[in-house]
Amino acid sequence: MLEYQMHEYDVLVIGAGGAGLRAAIEASARGASVGVITKSLLGKAHTVMAEGGIAAALSNVDERDNWKVHFADTMRGGQYLNNWRMAELHAKEAPDRVRELEAWGALFDRTKDGRILQRNFGGHRYPRLAHVGDRTGLEMIRTLQDHGIHLGMEVHMETTALRLLKQDGVVIGAFGYDRERGRFLLFRAGAVVLATGGIGRAYKITSNSWEYTGDGHSLAYHAGASLIDMEFVQFHPTGMIWPPSVCGILVTEGVRGEGGVLKNKEGVRFMFGDIPENYRSQTADNEEEGWRYTQGDRNARRPPELLTRDHVARCIMREVREGRGSPHGGVYLDIAWIKSRIPKGAEHIKRKLPSMYHQFKQLADIDITEEPMEVGPTTHYVMGGVYVDAETQMSDVPGLFAAGECAAGLHGANRLGGNSLSDLLVFGKRAGEHAACFAKENRTPAHHGLDSDQIKAMAEHAVAPFERSGENPYRVQADLQELMQRLVGIVRRQEEMQAALEGIAELKKRANAVAVTGNREYNTGWHTALDLQQILTVSEIITRSAIARKESRGAHFREDFPSKNDGEWSCNIAVRQSASGEMTIERRPLPEMPDELKQVIEQMK
Amino acid sequence: MAVTTFRIWRGCDEQGEFRDYTTEVFPGMVVLDAVHRIQAEQANDLAVRWNCKAGKCGSCSAEINGNPRLMCMTRLNSLPLDRPVTLQPMKTFPLIKDLVTDVSWNYAVKKEIRKFEPRPPDAQDRTWRMSQGDVDRVQEFRRCIECYLCQDVCHVLREHSLHDRFIGPRFLVHTAALEMHPLDNANRTGDLKDRHGIGFCNITKCCTKVCPEAIAITDNAIIPLKERVVDEYFDPVRKLFRILRP
Repeated sequence: MLEYQMHEYDVLVIGAGGAGLRAAIEASARGASVGVITKSLLGKAHTVMAEGGIAAALSNVDERDNWKVHFADTMRGGQYLNNWRMAELHAKEAPDRVRELEAWGALFDRTKDGRILQRNFGGHRYPRLAHVGDRTGLEMIRTLQDHGIHLGMEVHMETTALRLLKQDGVVIGAFGYDRERGRFLLFRAGAVVLATGGIGRAYKITSNSWEYTGDGHSLAYHAGASLIDMEFVQFHPTGMIWPPSVCGILVTEGVRGEGGVLKNKEGVRFMFGDIPENYRSQTADNEEEGWRYTQGDRNARRPPELLTRDHVARCIMREVREGRGSPHGGVYLDIAWIKSRIPKGAEHIKRKLPSMYHQFKQLADIDITEEPMEVGPTTHYVMGGVYVDAETQMSDVPGLFAAGECAAGLHGANRLGGNSLSDLLVFGKRAGEHAACFAKENRTPAHHGLDSDQIKAMAEHAVAPFERSGENPYRVQADLQELMQRLVGIVRRQEEMQAALEGIAELKKRANAVAVTGNREYNTGWHTALDLQQILTVSEIITRSAIARKESRGAHFREDFPSKNDGEWSCNIAVRQSASGEMTIERRPLPEMPDELKQVIEQMK
Repeated sequence: MAVTTFRIWRGCDEQGEFRDYTTEVFPGMVVLDAVHRIQAEQANDLAVRWNCKAGKCGSCSAEINGNPRLMCMTRLNSLPLDRPVTLQPMKTFPLIKDLVTDVSWNYAVKKEIRKFEPRPPDAQDRTWRMSQGDVDRVQEFRRCIECYLCQDVCHVLREHSLHDRFIGPRFLVHTAALEMHPLDNANRTGDLKDRHGIGFCNITKCCTKVCPEAIAITDNAIIPLKERVVDEYFDPVRKLFRILRP
């Protein structure tokens, strides 16, 4: 006899990072009853890890900044595959979302005249990132959490969604389980907001935690929604690489924003040797000018270390491949050198980059005020995700909304640092607002449309690993990560990706045969077995999308098609499950940009 | 090849026991790496919480050789490896399973604390001006990653289980962050004295010692709050004022 607990809300939010909490706050503030489910405890989501800041054209530090510059920077960074309307809304609304956080208690670093301080970051023309040292994400999530808990939302901590429920083509809830006791839960909702974050656990070297198994991507796909841009996976150029146990942990771009430089083993600042044409006019051509930029000289251009992440990651790979890497297969990131330029430099570094200082001191025995760090690319972020309407964040399945990393459109082929936290706020709010409206307009009785056979089948599938003998799920997960890292990583080739597809098919068979021991109470092996189903779906989507795009652009680099091909590939690649269950791929033309925005882009070139 | 034995608490309260697991260790490894290895190879259902693996989320709190620590920030080379490394869950909270405890009490306590109430914006652009100095003082408290290690070691909670009368160091820090926030107008002193039991703290500084974020919990948060309570409720001059002008 199948048992499950039932909960009913106007709006169900899946995920409690920045986007999920912002959506839940907005829906609650508009009078909707809101349930939030989160795989971890409240306040532990990956947003906590964000270091650099929130990009918003507040123009507190440089009055030349405004939404148009931010818009143009975002489009340029995304190689013009972005949804222009999302980029426009984001640039226009981000300042209000930051000020709102302050009104809810966030304490940002200050300018001399007491306003919110902003820092330089890769791809942003002016200092734009509101920040708190290098722990901005913690400040943001704690502010949202502490504000949200007083608004009446119900939070189901350590709860995982397995499938979305649909009736007559509309999403009406979700089915999942609580990790603590392993009980099944059924959530009935007038609208569902996906805010599940990314897919980093598909790769071996990643800055993402165990949670990032692409749940929202996979839930949406199985509910019939389309995903776009899934070939664009961002490899952050600077992750820790040594010792092995810390490999992948992020080293904030803020280090470079504060004057840190990248060098190869010969001591050469290799980034000066490869500045892409579309950034040449904005990039310093000598070290002195680059240094002045990081210290706030408004007439200086940014150093090449602050070029976009896709480009910096590839340059690091090239240095390593051509034998100029550091002993553990990365390059050097040096912030200690600024002591020669700044009085009390060591103190300055510790004050500006406190968590980086502690991270290296404690985990790698390295004092970053004395020695360079060894760094290399780490899987960080997926630009692709659920295809959504720019205004409402609703997917192409009614009742299903998505915001934050699991949604697509804002970032195009490459995301700028700092645009993620602002994305979470701007589109989290919009998703919450429109989900609340949708729920109000489409109210249906609670038990209408629940197919008990379907629920029974989902539950039986979920507990099947207890009832068979077979392989350990951790091994399948490790093999998948190994495969994706090797065959669908930073540099891609047709044959390798074809091999990856075959590998994924094989891994799917193995995942369907894994066995777990013990009972359903806080059984991490079982959780891994269930997460595997989602991450395998997502890995296949990434691989098929990457095979389809026969050019190189942004984060997607193909050795067999090394150039950008605007004529053929100025489009999104969309993936969707067909009625018969097949994974289908199609090209989707970009929405036509209005002339005034085209002019904005021209003016900012 | 170096191997180390980890003596890990398995099971729930009634039917739990320490079990030994021997695994390979490598340079640079932290305790959480060893736990993951054991989980992947020997004990698939071993319950452990973790997220960031970089000391930023505060999920992987446990007692390592009896010391409350984050497993992700405890290097193996800081421990004696010639004898088993003991890992057990935080003692102050009800055990769920293995290394995972029920910390939901903390979330309930936080809801009881009066929320942030900013004064109206006073700059012309309808925002506020704040100096870095004023912000710095509160940012120390806002560094808290909610690992609850301070709650775990606090003897008022750990030994005396006064969970219903004392909010514990974490939430005194939280209250301090609100009370000293440059924009906040609410007053929480009455709550501190009565419902939140600040008087139970006798400043032994156990909480400060275990804080992975090195927040000076006792000196910078709890003592100033105690002073506020004293000023407001126990100052004889003020008391006189209250009698004369009720």
